[in-house]
Amino acid sequence: MRSALRSPIGLASVVLLGFLLALAVFAPLLWGDRAAAIDTDALQQGPSSAHLLGTDSLGRDIFYRVLVATRLTIGLALLATVIGVVTGLLLGSAPTVLPRWAGRIVTSAVNIAVAFPGLLLALFFAVIFGTGTVGAVLAIAFAITPSFARLTQTLTASVSGRDFIAAARVCGVGRFRLLLRHVLPNIAEPLVINATLAAGSALTAFAGLSFLGIGVQAPSYDWGRLLGEGLNRIYVTPAPALGPAVAVVLAGLAFNLFGEAAASVAGHRQQSTPGPRPVNEATVDTSEGGLLTVRNLRVAFPGNNGWITPVRGVSFTVHNGEMIGVVGESGSGKSLTALAVSRLVEHPGVVTADRLEFAGKPLRSTSDRELGTSLAMVFQDPMTSFNPTRRIGRQIAEVSEVHQGMSREAAFRKAVDRLRAVRIPEPERKARQYPHEFSGGMRQRVVIAMGLMGEPRLVIADEPTTALDVTVQREVLRLLARVRKERSAAVLLISHDITVVAQTCDRVLVMYAGRIVEELPTDELFTSARHPYTTALLAAVPDMETDRDAPLAVIPGRPPEPGEIEAGCPFAPRCPLADERCRSEEPELTALTDGHRVACWRSEKELMDATAGGAA
Amino acid sequence: MSELKFEEVSLRYGTLRAVDDVSLTVPPRQVVGLVGESGSGKSSLAAAAVGLVPPTSGRILLDGVDVQRLRRRDRRLQMVFQDPYSSLDPRMSIGQSIAEAMPRGVDRRTEVARLLALVNLDPGRATSLPSRLSGGQRQRVALARALAGQPKVIIADEITSALDVSVQGAVLNLVRDLQRQLGLSMLFISHNLAVVRYVSDRIAVMREGKIVEEGPAEQVLAGPRHPYTRELLAAAPSRHTRLLEEASR
Repeated sequence: MRSALRSPIGLASVVLLGFLLALAVFAPLLWGDRAAAIDTDALQQGPSSAHLLGTDSLGRDIFYRVLVATRLTIGLALLATVIGVVTGLLLGSAPTVLPRWAGRIVTSAVNIAVAFPGLLLALFFAVIFGTGTVGAVLAIAFAITPSFARLTQTLTASVSGRDFIAAARVCGVGRFRLLLRHVLPNIAEPLVINATLAAGSALTAFAGLSFLGIGVQAPSYDWGRLLGEGLNRIYVTPAPALGPAVAVVLAGLAFNLFGEAAASVAGHRQQSTPGPRPVNEATVDTSEGGLLTVRNLRVAFPGNNGWITPVRGVSFTVHNGEMIGVVGESGSGKSLTALAVSRLVEHPGVVTADRLEFAGKPLRSTSDRELGTSLAMVFQDPMTSFNPTRRIGRQIAEVSEVHQGMSREAAFRKAVDRLRAVRIPEPERKARQYPHEFSGGMRQRVVIAMGLMGEPRLVIADEPTTALDVTVQREVLRLLARVRKERSAAVLLISHDITVVAQTCDRVLVMYAGRIVEELPTDELFTSARHPYTTALLAAVPDMETDRDAPLAVIPGRPPEPGEIEAGCPFAPRCPLADERCRSEEPELTALTDGHRVACWRSEKELMDATAGGAA
Repeated sequence: MSELKFEEVSLRYGTLRAVDDVSLTVPPRQVVGLVGESGSGKSSLAAAAVGLVPPTSGRILLDGVDVQRLRRRDRRLQMVFQDPYSSLDPRMSIGQSIAEAMPRGVDRRTEVARLLALVNLDPGRATSLPSRLSGGQRQRVALARALAGQPKVIIADEITSALDVSVQGAVLNLVRDLQRQLGLSMLFISHNLAVVRYVSDRIAVMREGKIVEEGPAEQVLAGPRHPYTRELLAAAPSRHTRLLEEASR
């Protein structure tokens, strides 16, 4: 609510709504007599200083009548909304509580009712319930009901699929309690917002019914009725009709705008403005580049309190034909590094680097066509890499049609050939199938085949086997290794699994909290890893040789979120060797030996002793 | 001392046979590790055991009684789910979530404190919402909730696969300690053979809805009989072999 006040629309709607509610409460008390006072000397007058909006056929002041009618108009609209929303809520949540067959009947009844336009339903019910206030309230209430019931059903279904509902069922929680304690609180927000919007339309609908003469009946009056009375002489004096019309518009707007503002707060649609972009301290770099040269790469996103920088100065080089592994936990920045390198970081993310070069050219100036054919990307979930409605072969062929200007025929033939290259059985037949007809491992092969449509010099694979089983994982990794060997392409393999990287790559980059903390050849990983995080990680992950009778080594605490990184080495809070300096100053990545870099303040000897002590 | 027994259980969704005639016993005070690829029917079997899905045919017995006939509150069978980010109600404090699983007539406040201490969490955090906790801490709360139901058997469905590797070890240690300390019987489901190997007394291998091999852990690991088990063992990540030997050299 408080943040709703921050936007101008939110503020305006709250002020307007407050004003209307105050009028509804106080107007009849203050001006009830004046609105009812009959003045036979002033029948059907136009606006004057005594009667701002003129008088009606009995000489009653229309301005005060409009003010006093606020209570009845808003009260009836809210009453209709409450009845409609409650009925909708009951119908919508009934299927979760009722036996399955009864639930189906309710659902189909709601589905049929949803198909009718609301106003038509209202007119229908108005005829059934008879003209009058009660009839109109019920008519509008039941016109709101179907859409609200449908909304409740949809939201309930989306929450019901989540594990905590299953967990509560396993605990023996009954259906009613499940609905009241677990489902409704989690869908309350959108329901409340929609109820506010519904109140706005109920108000206008009610005005419509009264205007048509099937709503509020004399001697009671609401805005709709006043509007109807005023309309008869609109060509003579427009004010008596315009007054209530303006009131209806304002009140409808107030409800709808308030609902919109609440929705935007709930959906966090408001943009935060985090101040100027972070500036990079440039470092002097004279080192020789490779196929991919990355120096001081930073990726930043605007957060609530300034910029959050999940990648904080990453430098590495990938040479031709090399297979490099990047290891790190969630939040370490490994995937963002991969995205930045393939130019896929989306707005509002900001990528900066002292050097970011691919094949000797700055990545920024590489054309899409060149990047599209010489850099291939393999993602974790192969299903999301495909359009589910198009045949596999056509999707792969598109790469060559777009980037290499091949004809449809030739591109398709090439696609089949590439599918054969990644050892898809019966490639001609498979190329005519849809993505869902492929298993997870097969889909990942197809993604790789897609990468092979160009002449990739670098394949970036982000957790390509995490969603796959070990047997399939091995095949996909072998396929990547074959691509590398046969086409002398370099591979950048990103994984949370240090054993997978150790088994496949030449070099490992270990990332923690947005930085590389250690880089070393995989041959030396199990013998001469030095950074306390790397050694702890190696000890903590069980493998097929782990002693089953000893407890697993544990790293206390948890990795920091990108927004929580403070001064000092980010691993210091979890590190057994940390001292004052580690907590205040962040160590740079420095070379230990050729090809082995570590970011740690402890000397090599201290680290070696610690590793030896930990192993003993 | 409790035993969970699957007797020729099948589970079909339409024409798909998710679980196909499975017979498996979780003996008292033992951990049976269930490994297999995704889609092999492991999780369907778990869902059937805790009553989320009724089996199409066959019986599931808890100490000789068909679980279908037990009322939910008397079904002393609990489950820990894969994703701790979705298995706790975001609107309920962790203390409330844990208390919900307790049988009637228990002093909820002291029991919540005891269970939180048991899973190495500060009992003072009972009023925290799950969003204030890390993944590893949430998974401990989920364990505490499962224990609150005073279960005889616990089913753990991929409980470490959504956790960071540096946190996974602590949860595995906790599971092992609790199981031994409380003498629980446990069905431990995972696709990670190294993790299953670490916690299990017996190992069952599942493929395409069927159990293809089952036996004492040492026996299955040292002398696998089924070709699929052999394949799994060969593909399991190990720091002493290179995965790409035949492919790259």
